[in-house]
Amino acid sequence: MKVNGFVHPAQRDPRRLLSDHLRHDLGLTGTHVGCEHGVCGCCTVLFDGAPVRSCLMLAVQAEGHEVSTVEGLAVLGAPLHPVQQAFHECHGLQCGFCTPGFVMSVVGLLAQHPNPTREQIEEGISGNLCRCTGYASIRRAVQRASELSQQTPSPLRGEGWGKGR
Amino acid sequence: MTTKWFGERVQRVEDDRLLRGRGRFTDDIQEGGDRALESCLVRSPYAHARINSIDVSAARALPGVVAVYVAADLPFGDTDLPILIPHPNLTHGRTQRCLASEVVRYAGEAVAFVVADSRYIAEDAAELVQVDYEPLPVVITPEVAAAAEHLVHDDVPGNVAAEMLQEVGDVGAAMKSAPHRKRLHFRFERGAASPMEARAVWARWSDPEQKLTVYDSTQSPTSIRGGLAVLFGLPESSVEVIAPDVGGGFGPKIMLFYPDELLVPFAAMQLGRPVKWTEDRQEHFLAVNHERGQVHEVEVGFDDAGRVLALSVDFIHDAGAYTPYGIILPIITAAQVPGPYRVPNYRVRFRDVYTNATPTSPYRGAGRPHACFVMERTLDAIASDLGLDRPEVRRRNFIQPDEFPYDLGVAWQDGNTVIYDSGNYPALLEKAMQMLGPRPAGDHIGMGLGAYVEGTGVGPYEGAHVQVLVSGKVVAATGIPSQGQAHATVWAQIVADELGVDVADVEVTSGDTRRFPWGVGTFASRGAVTAGNAMSVAARMVADKAKHIAADHLEADPADLELVGGKVSVKGSPDRGIPLAAVSVLANPVRYAFGGGTEAATQFTSRPRPGPPLQDGEQPGLEATGYYSPPGSTWAAGCHAAYVHIDPKTFRMEVLKYVVVHDCGRVINPLVVEGQIEGGVAQGIGGAFYERLAYDADGQLRNASFMEFLMPYATEVPAIEIDHIETPSPLNPLGIKGAGEAGVIPVGAVIGSAIEEALGVSITEMPLSPLKLYELSRA
Ligand code: FES
Ligand code: FES
Repeated sequence: MKVNGFVHPAQRDPRRLLSDHLRHDLGLTGTHVGCEHGVCGCCTVLFDGAPVRSCLMLAVQAEGHEVSTVEGLAVLGAPLHPVQQAFHECHGLQCGFCTPGFVMSVVGLLAQHPNPTREQIEEGISGNLCRCTGYASIRRAVQRASELSQQTPSPLRGEGWGKGR
Repeated sequence: MTTKWFGERVQRVEDDRLLRGRGRFTDDIQEGGDRALESCLVRSPYAHARINSIDVSAARALPGVVAVYVAADLPFGDTDLPILIPHPNLTHGRTQRCLASEVVRYAGEAVAFVVADSRYIAEDAAELVQVDYEPLPVVITPEVAAAAEHLVHDDVPGNVAAEMLQEVGDVGAAMKSAPHRKRLHFRFERGAASPMEARAVWARWSDPEQKLTVYDSTQSPTSIRGGLAVLFGLPESSVEVIAPDVGGGFGPKIMLFYPDELLVPFAAMQLGRPVKWTEDRQEHFLAVNHERGQVHEVEVGFDDAGRVLALSVDFIHDAGAYTPYGIILPIITAAQVPGPYRVPNYRVRFRDVYTNATPTSPYRGAGRPHACFVMERTLDAIASDLGLDRPEVRRRNFIQPDEFPYDLGVAWQDGNTVIYDSGNYPALLEKAMQMLGPRPAGDHIGMGLGAYVEGTGVGPYEGAHVQVLVSGKVVAATGIPSQGQAHATVWAQIVADELGVDVADVEVTSGDTRRFPWGVGTFASRGAVTAGNAMSVAARMVADKAKHIAADHLEADPADLELVGGKVSVKGSPDRGIPLAAVSVLANPVRYAFGGGTEAATQFTSRPRPGPPLQDGEQPGLEATGYYSPPGSTWAAGCHAAYVHIDPKTFRMEVLKYVVVHDCGRVINPLVVEGQIEGGVAQGIGGAFYERLAYDADGQLRNASFMEFLMPYATEVPAIEIDHIETPSPLNPLGIKGAGEAGVIPVGAVIGSAIEEALGVSITEMPLSPLKLYELSRA
């Protein structure tokens, strides 16, 4: 499978969850696990460009596909991705545990709707739980991310995250 | 000092790594070569049962299993875990053992511990552990516990762990002569904090160094370190405990010791390999402490104007199966029922009773949401009886701004009595009502309001270390960890002001005993008050030292110097100054220059003063360690108000407007405080209308997952309007009060009040739900 543009050897253990594989086999611990039953969204990654819950998939199911995790959005030393930048500016995170999941959901959302309406924002983040912020700052962050990404040329503009990189 | 950063909306310095997915949470830790062994706890499926036998042979035989422990395998297996806060009224305190071997008293109590090559194998092995349980009668709900038909602990008569009665004034006489009297009953169910990161522990024993290193998603690494040192007979200097990034705490992570916090380090020492344990969400629901279960009987006497003359509250607190945290929760409720109101005659009694449910310890709000619900609902009842406006009844009962310090006369959680230090309660209400504005048009809309006070910043103390490096950069450390409260940012603001440097030049470490070994923990809205003031104390010591060293060089009086723009200079003439970096060099006389400008402090450079390089009483380095120990709690306060619509057919709730006016004294960073409030209100809304721990009569928690325990998503949480007033605390140099828990406290009271009006049904319990409202409106 390809993760953040790099090819990784196949996972052999048929039981291994994609979330565990990313975190503990590939060391990509930015993808978090909050429930392991598909409700909290902390484990959200992009799977061929669309947000999915990596705790509900087996690693072997990802064979031959492209997975993007939060670590792939901005390489170390480079400026933050517009969505990350927006979360920073709007105080969209406190403990930061839910944050990678939200960020990936919002990247997915903006790929579909570069100028999301209120309802689309609500809908786009309604699969992610945050226990710290009360969401107001996250809603603002999505708005801001939409503005920022219009200004910044970025794969976020939606021409298929994970495709053709 | 010229204040520059304090009070500013400084953006958080901790965000970058968290946003890049480079945070470091306990389950992310991989250190020291060997991949950690992974582990799993075998937990009781019964709420109350005798254990006849435990057979771990099949589990031990499973390939990939490294060890399986039961109580008999542990040197501390027959030791009761500590009662963290003993109290004379806790006459029948009981705690569990690390692993149960005789009786289990709640579903989820640990009985065996499996260590294996991976969590997958550990879970397989856990299923092979055969435990022969003999079920015993189950005591669930505080009412059933108080009836004491069955006992949770054979040797605790009546299931009563503690009882406490306090009286201020003469309630009997005042009640008797009151023109109006009323009896009320209020019930609050258990709630769960549910941080998004469940708990986790990682440990490594280094044999060559004889050193134990533990990562723990705890709110108190310093206490964990102390406890492990005692348990394993190690000097504290051989135990390092680090709370790395912690994914939310909200109270239950202050509880110690959960069994895994002993078992993981123990196994790591035994097996000579790192061992980790990461809780899953279902375990978290069962095994991590809950709070809030309380039943209250109230009698209130009042006059024709709606003024409270006497208040009597008798309540039962649901302790769960054990009392490791003592009786702090009911003590807080007892102290906080009167809130911002004058209650001239007040009697409060509680009984802390055992049930066959998960033990309890503070969850954000800690005893206060229920206390506030009791008082605010009582005031609403008075208003309704007398046909008075609800805000007007509050106005007539408020403690006035000229009455501080105000001595309530009841016991507080720090061993003192409750003394409010400062506040302006009427102003909070007026501002909130103004912000709330006119009632929206439409049917089934109710207005709710609630005011509260919160004792914050309890002792005993916190400390901080601040050092200016030879580069001029500043490092600071404190013992308490952050679970998202932006400590690294706000401590940097405080230190930057004292040292006249940029916030970006201050790097903060918190919750790492290697950097700062002393302290208590992050809980009870105390971090800003205790550690914040300690930061200021330590930084001011550094500033003084810098002035003294610079004074010699500038041939000036230290009193004429100031720290501005990264320099120590003569007040009013910034050109006559010396960079802090250079002062840091001079603070440490060296024999060997090691770069960084240190040649300036070697022996053949000209010295400004005679005598030994380091004179009596002087210490090398531009650094200091300072402590702050509060004389008593500081009392924050606030008022919330809302308009709520209830759909009369589906009983769906829509919060149309929610306003908060908050007073936490001087605000260090409004961005951070507002975030705390927004998060608190969201948690309050969850607890008031969506989240419910559904225990059945057998003591089974029927909804131990996020699928059925309905934490609010963005779709359930309204926008919240926030404003502040500032009545500085006279008790600490920075004038600050805590803000962590405030947001959650009055939400149940506000929502209850609003729904009562919207539907015309009486609301006396929490949580509500569409189903509950349907039932109430049919009754
Ligand atoms: S961890 Fe995957 S949805 Fe919660
Ligand atoms: S920031 Fe802590 S859970 Fe969202």
